Amino acid sequence: MENFNVNCKDVDELSILYLEGFLDAHTAPLLESEIQKLVDRDRYKLIVNFKDLNYISSAGLGVFMGFVETIRSNQGDIKMCCMPSKIFRVFDLLGFPSLYDIVDGEEEAVKLYRNSEAESSVKQNSSQKS
Amino acid sequence: MASKTAEYQLKIPSRTDNLELIREFVSKVAQMVGFGKEDIEKIELACDEACTNVIKHAYDTESEKNQLDVLVKVDLDKFTLIVTDHGKGFDPKGLKMPDMKEYMAELKVGGLGIYLIKTLMDEVDYNINPGVKNQVKMVKYLLNQKNSQVVNSGNMHS
Repeated sequence: MENFNVNCKDVDELSILYLEGFLDAHTAPLLESEIQKLVDRDRYKLIVNFKDLNYISSAGLGVFMGFVETIRSNQGDIKMCCMPSKIFRVFDLLGFPSLYDIVDGEEEAVKLYRNSEAESSVKQNSSQKS
Repeated sequence: MASKTAEYQLKIPSRTDNLELIREFVSKVAQMVGFGKEDIEKIELACDEACTNVIKHAYDTESEKNQLDVLVKVDLDKFTLIVTDHGKGFDPKGLKMPDMKEYMAELKVGGLGIYLIKTLMDEVDYNINPGVKNQVKMVKYLLNQKNSQVVNSGNMHS
């Protein structure tokens, strides 16, 4: 019985993970190995889409905590979107909204990356000029 | 006041692939008792966290011999969830509750389940006797009327 699934899609430099089913101590290793594969390919700009996730326990939250430091130190991030309110409540209990960007739609998450790229290129340009 | 108590028990091998079944069991009982959707989710998650701690920490290996015992007691005013194992146990009283800021800064995962259980349930109590019997008792009051229940029962007795 496989009650959890991760699908991954690359869009330019972004990798979007679609989670489906139940994320607990039994299924968390699958998510861990999928994120590890991305990190191994030097893919650090992740968007996690929670639309079809029905359940999350601390084992699932721990997977993101385990990777976020490495990912951010490589100019990447884990941005989250489309979170059902049931899942958001668990994130909220643990104060995760102050640690991660959690937005309504996938497009918004993409925009956050694009905006920060635009900002950093503006910064680069201005520092080159000065 | 006559107290109507019902008990529901699930004895199951201590393995992570049984977590879903455990959640379904407690969630069905909580639903039957009349908890709302959000309370059922809280009970389900607290039970998962307690059982995950047993599977990951109380027993060294996942084996058919290692049993996990989930007992639900339903009283008029409260729902008591008791998770018992016979492994080495771990005493959460010795475990520092994570300061969330510190926790976030250090990105540590340990102790998160215990923090969640405390947040999700109204009362939590541990009875640890390593190798013999370890118990986590979690209580959720019906309709979350913890204080008014105390007042009501006081009135009835007076």
